[in-house]
Amino acid sequence: MVSPLAMEFFVDPGRCIGCQACVQACSECDTHKGQSMIQLDYLDRASSTQTVPVVCMHCDSPTCAEVCPADAIKKTADGVVQTARKPRCIACNNCVIACPFGVPKMNTRMNLMMKCDMCYDRTSVGNKPMCASVCPSQALFYGTRDEIDKLRPQSRPINTFQFGKQTITTKVNMMVPKTSRVEQLDVTETMPRAQRDDAEIDPIMMNLRLE
Amino acid sequence: MVERNPEQLTVAPDGRPETEQPRWRRDFPIDGPQDEYIARRDFTKFMLLTSCAFAVGQLWILTQSFLRRRKAAPAVREIARLEEIEVGQSRIFDYPGAHEPAVLVRLDANRWVAYDQKCTHLSCPVIPRIAEGRLYCPCHEGSFDLETGRPLAGPPRRPLPRIRLRVTGGRIYAAGIEERTA
Repeated sequence: MVSPLAMEFFVDPGRCIGCQACVQACSECDTHKGQSMIQLDYLDRASSTQTVPVVCMHCDSPTCAEVCPADAIKKTADGVVQTARKPRCIACNNCVIACPFGVPKMNTRMNLMMKCDMCYDRTSVGNKPMCASVCPSQALFYGTRDEIDKLRPQSRPINTFQFGKQTITTKVNMMVPKTSRVEQLDVTETMPRAQRDDAEIDPIMMNLRLE
Repeated sequence: MVERNPEQLTVAPDGRPETEQPRWRRDFPIDGPQDEYIARRDFTKFMLLTSCAFAVGQLWILTQSFLRRRKAAPAVREIARLEEIEVGQSRIFDYPGAHEPAVLVRLDANRWVAYDQKCTHLSCPVIPRIAEGRLYCPCHEGSFDLETGRPLAGPPRRPLPRIRLRVTGGRIYAAGIEERTA
């Protein structure tokens, strides 16, 4: 089965209201074995209410599959990267560590890496993924390019990301304002500042270090 | 624009075409359809090697059974004097080697039987239960018929090897071992 190629996934973090509806809906998906595969990131919880829903971006060259020593992570013909195959997955956590977006999760009870598979049971027959079907603000949107152009006249989708020296192109699109000239997003932008290599040293942290 | 296999979706991180990639990328593709695809040549190779392995195995079995037949009969060895064992009694003796226990049972005045003591399931020593008319293996609750050595119950499927007996001059001798398959 091949999902209709005209249908695409668009993530618009600017519209996310942090309601967790997607997190709940995700665990209802038949291919997720009752686990929620989506995570809601808080960018800077002390000073902002901004949240970002993180779904699998379904990379053209999936890093998780590249690092898998057990040949367990496979991509379907329509470009959807699936959960690790149970007979092959050795629960080594390589994919969990390697993914630039932090998507794969290790299910230690099942010894299996599970990840967002774009609700493959639904999208392969033309339905929307669970998260996109419940999102009240349409921060997660599944539809055609024409639809998103009409609904978001001020935004445009991009699917190129930068993670250190690695350039990543993905099947899932991220919405950016049309006015911005950005052509690719730096994944590490959403990480807490202290974890970034180029982060300036916080004066308070500096004092702590000196003491 | 380099030519690319239309069924190949995943591009290697260096962006070069499939033909320039190392061999392991073709052996372990990330794309599901390619992962499930089996080349005719690989399938034929697998079938050929597997049937060769089966053929070699058959030859091995044939050689083994031929060698077993060629092996010289074990020496005749005295087990006991007739009056030492009363009816309904048994004795453990070593035959044909020094550490190969066998069991001798006197069924009645003129009938004697002897079997290898190793259970044909997993080689535990069998215990004669003469009153019940069977040989009992305590490891997995196996039972053999006392008169024929054939399996009665439990996991063993093959009968116990029977030891040929010869009675001369008031003494009983073991004179050969009879391996049986059914």
